Amino acid sequence: MKYLVIGAGPAGVVAAETLRKLDPAGSITILGDEPEPPYSRMAIPYLLIDNIDEQGTYLRKDDGYFASKNIDVVVGRAESLDPASKSVTTSNGETLTWDKVLVATGSRPILPPVDGIDNEKVTTCWTLEDARRIAAGITPGAPVVLIGAGFIGCIILEALVSAGANLTVIEMGDRMVPRMLDDRCGSLLEKWCEAKGVNVLTSTTVKAIEPDGDAVKVITSDGQSVTANLVISAAGVKPNAEFLEGSGVTLMDGGIEVNQYMQSSVPDIYAAGDVAWSKDFSTGEFGIQAIQPTAVDHARIAANNMVTPRSVEHQGSVNMNVLDTMGLISASYGLWQGVDGGESTELLDEENYRYIRLQFDGDQLVGANTLGMTQHIGVLRGLIQGRFHLGEWKDRLVSNPLQVMEAYLAVTQGA
Amino acid sequence: MLRSLSIDPDKCTGCLQCEMACSLENEGIFNPARSRIKVFTFHEEGRFVPYTCTQCDEAWCMHACPVDAIKMNFQTGALEVNEKTCVGCKVCTIACPFGTINYNRVSGKVIKCDLCGGDPECAKACPTQAITYVDSDATGLEKMRAWAGKTDNAQHAAG
Repeated sequence: MKYLVIGAGPAGVVAAETLRKLDPAGSITILGDEPEPPYSRMAIPYLLIDNIDEQGTYLRKDDGYFASKNIDVVVGRAESLDPASKSVTTSNGETLTWDKVLVATGSRPILPPVDGIDNEKVTTCWTLEDARRIAAGITPGAPVVLIGAGFIGCIILEALVSAGANLTVIEMGDRMVPRMLDDRCGSLLEKWCEAKGVNVLTSTTVKAIEPDGDAVKVITSDGQSVTANLVISAAGVKPNAEFLEGSGVTLMDGGIEVNQYMQSSVPDIYAAGDVAWSKDFSTGEFGIQAIQPTAVDHARIAANNMVTPRSVEHQGSVNMNVLDTMGLISASYGLWQGVDGGESTELLDEENYRYIRLQFDGDQLVGANTLGMTQHIGVLRGLIQGRFHLGEWKDRLVSNPLQVMEAYLAVTQGA
Repeated sequence: MLRSLSIDPDKCTGCLQCEMACSLENEGIFNPARSRIKVFTFHEEGRFVPYTCTQCDEAWCMHACPVDAIKMNFQTGALEVNEKTCVGCKVCTIACPFGTINYNRVSGKVIKCDLCGGDPECAKACPTQAITYVDSDATGLEKMRAWAGKTDNAQHAAG
């Protein structure tokens, strides 16, 4: 059997490894469009603060690892895919054929539609190449504008500030990380950032970017003009699936529609990771989660089904995130915004930047937001995904949400 | 023969010797807050429940790690964090449904039980044998893994 994995991120690599485990004799090729060995974008913030070097971002550390698994890694971008001839044409003009193909091409940043954004002072923060440009572009005291206080924007704040940037963050939402944190959480995070010397502008958009000698001027929706030596745009991403247009593979909102076997509308074509339009555990609805644990779940399930059709079903992944913004750690799980008719409970210690809010549906935990908490937060997943009925522990949690670990032990182990 | 920690909450008196021993062995200080095993107190029921990592086979922490920092020690069966490789991203801490891998602000890395390399201090320190280190078959490990199964995102076809 000949397998092709398009994409060299976590989903691609885990899928290739799983394929190898299940089919020792198969031919396996990973096609990736960046020159470096397969690496983790998740590690880039830690590269930017010099915790690790570039090798520290590599998904697998041992020299010759992929060769030792008899996995070919080929550099090139998939330009088109033809299901009839079961082939992919790459940017190098190569044609790669397959019996089964996994599309794990992830996503890429989109630049907001702003006049003048096509300027060499503007960069995204997505690839190792971007990271090198950012590291080179920041000097102590240099004014830097970050467009977007979402997950990526926030996770690189520490790197930007510790490199000495004089930072302004511009976020169109009414709070920081609006897609992961509730009002209280997002607002507290903003206060934290302001206290650390970062200028945060929420409910603000960028109108234009104008050249200004060696720098640029960033003009905001409320008429401010902020000078910047470097502008980092972290304002959303979109799936890399355009190359499938015309192939017969059904796309949903730019992502690849998959069934419970991670199989696309064309039988021998599977999808995994940030490009896959797949099932959410909490809502039962389909969409793109774009998180590491989900990408890896997808990859393992897809690979199983590529080797043995319909052997493993995806039950839906729990959406979850953890974010470290200059030392303040926030997390979100499942239906953190709550459900109609559900109850919620919260505990706030504003002075110490600590917060937890739990969301219930009946006596089941369905979502959570936390701030400043690092111990045992994984049980929130355990409680949500196990769909455990909390019984009397629900009331106990309502009066003290910090007892989640005790609640978990009580309902799972009869403690 | 693989051994694992067996925990019998009925025998626990809440003395916290296990937490002290763990902290000393792994952190060099007596500080229960830095222990990888934790005793939970149920005031209303008057019970104490020691709790730590079950070293699951297809470990969520291991699979969630974006930099391959968590690996199984095949001698002990423990999942171990390679401190040099861990970048401190904390994805494992939200992925582990048992809440037994946690971020350590002091080191900027995550910590979890590694069975002390095959000679767990908590079991040695426990005066009532609430924590013992025994043949894996006897620990009810399968029962614990059954709970774990409830959290799996994948369902394997029967047969």
